Amino acid sequence: MVVSAVLGLALAAGAYAEERHRSVTVADPYLEMHTGPGRGYPVFNVVQRGETVELMKRRTEWFKVRDGGGREGWVHEREMLMTLDESGEPVRFETAGRDEYLARRWESGALTGDFGGANIISAYLGYAFTPNLSLELWGSQVLGNFSDGWMANINIVHQTWPRLRVSPFFTLGTGVIHIEPVATLVRPEDRTDQTAHVGVGVRAWLTRRFIFRAEYKSYVVFTSRDENEEIEEWKLGFGLYF
Amino acid sequence: METRIRVVLLTTLTLALTGCGSLPFLGDEDAADDALAEVPEQVIEPEVERRDVRPPKIDTEDFEVGVFTGLMSVEDFGVSPVYGLRFAYHISEGLFVEAAIGRTDTEETSYERLSGAAEILTDDEREFTYYNASLGYNVLPGEAFVGRDLAFSQALYLIAGIGSTDFAGDDRFTVNFGFGYRLLLNDAIALHADVRDHLFDIDILGEEKTAHNIEGHIGFTVFF
Repeated sequence: MVVSAVLGLALAAGAYAEERHRSVTVADPYLEMHTGPGRGYPVFNVVQRGETVELMKRRTEWFKVRDGGGREGWVHEREMLMTLDESGEPVRFETAGRDEYLARRWESGALTGDFGGANIISAYLGYAFTPNLSLELWGSQVLGNFSDGWMANINIVHQTWPRLRVSPFFTLGTGVIHIEPVATLVRPEDRTDQTAHVGVGVRAWLTRRFIFRAEYKSYVVFTSRDENEEIEEWKLGFGLYF
Repeated sequence: METRIRVVLLTTLTLALTGCGSLPFLGDEDAADDALAEVPEQVIEPEVERRDVRPPKIDTEDFEVGVFTGLMSVEDFGVSPVYGLRFAYHISEGLFVEAAIGRTDTEETSYERLSGAAEILTDDEREFTYYNASLGYNVLPGEAFVGRDLAFSQALYLIAGIGSTDFAGDDRFTVNFGFGYRLLLNDAIALHADVRDHLFDIDILGEEKTAHNIEGHIGFTVFF
């Protein structure tokens, strides 16, 4: 059944490929076609200036093209950007560079680090209203020696100098934390408490849609006991933007 | 009778006069039309209408989803079949991120089998489930030839990441690293073979130690 599903997908992809493709004209002296989408694949065909190629699909920074003779191969984005579109203008593609990073809307990623002595694994989804201001939702798993748990947070992030490649941000948020003591120890009851946090961190654009992120947050857990608990967290990780 | 004729004539005259009131404007419009007509006709008519070029969207295939199965050796708990799902996003020709979940059932430890003592873990605790997020890098990309004429794209990749393992009654922070091989049958379907070590701290058999749990699996993925 799995095999038939795969065949079905492949056929569907094939049917899609029959649709009309965008075609571009080579403006450079020549266009190099590689056998695969990567630097390691050899050039097996060259398309000359003035000839047109059809764009079939793209994978990361490589485009699969078909030339007039029906030969199919992969061309790097750098070379594709030197071609002309159907109206004779330099061709434009959706690229993934720093300009797109500055205009990003959605961002998602995973980070890991230390949460008051325990390990923490977090995933987040963010939406940027402006280059400065974004809203984030976080889900975290806390893995400690004596207790495990999870945490959910919502926070606003202010990126003060968004144009810097390595750019600091400040954050403020609230959420809930649930802690369960590890079963082999004495059993105090599980507890769920509200939290608030402030934090500071740094985002760095690495390449294409890829971001490095490091942050420190200080949490206050509003426990049902007499005094509130304070927990410090730091973590590192990666994000993607769309 | 005469009076009647006079009335008709007067009415006609009045109508004509009121009509004349609007005539000067009409005259002006005519003059404007004449002035326009005097402008020489455009010598070259633009024959090409501006085409509304809306290029078809290019199909981007940066995501990869698939299944895998293989064998996993869980330290002290034997070797058992493992199966799982993987999802990847290719950032560039070299870099990719991957999220995976996997599950295996573990066996009894040698101690449990030889001593015949009570079992250390319940059946539930014996299930080993992991999830992880990893970063991979394609090294040694190239073509693999089958015979003289048939070639497939392939790459060896190094991969490492972090995650959590639910085993022996606890969620354990887990680091994984390893390598894999990807062979693309066509542009959309790839075969994978991976070796991965999952490390976590465990104290179920006395003192705490770092357990190495080595997994070997094969699978296939579809790019979309």
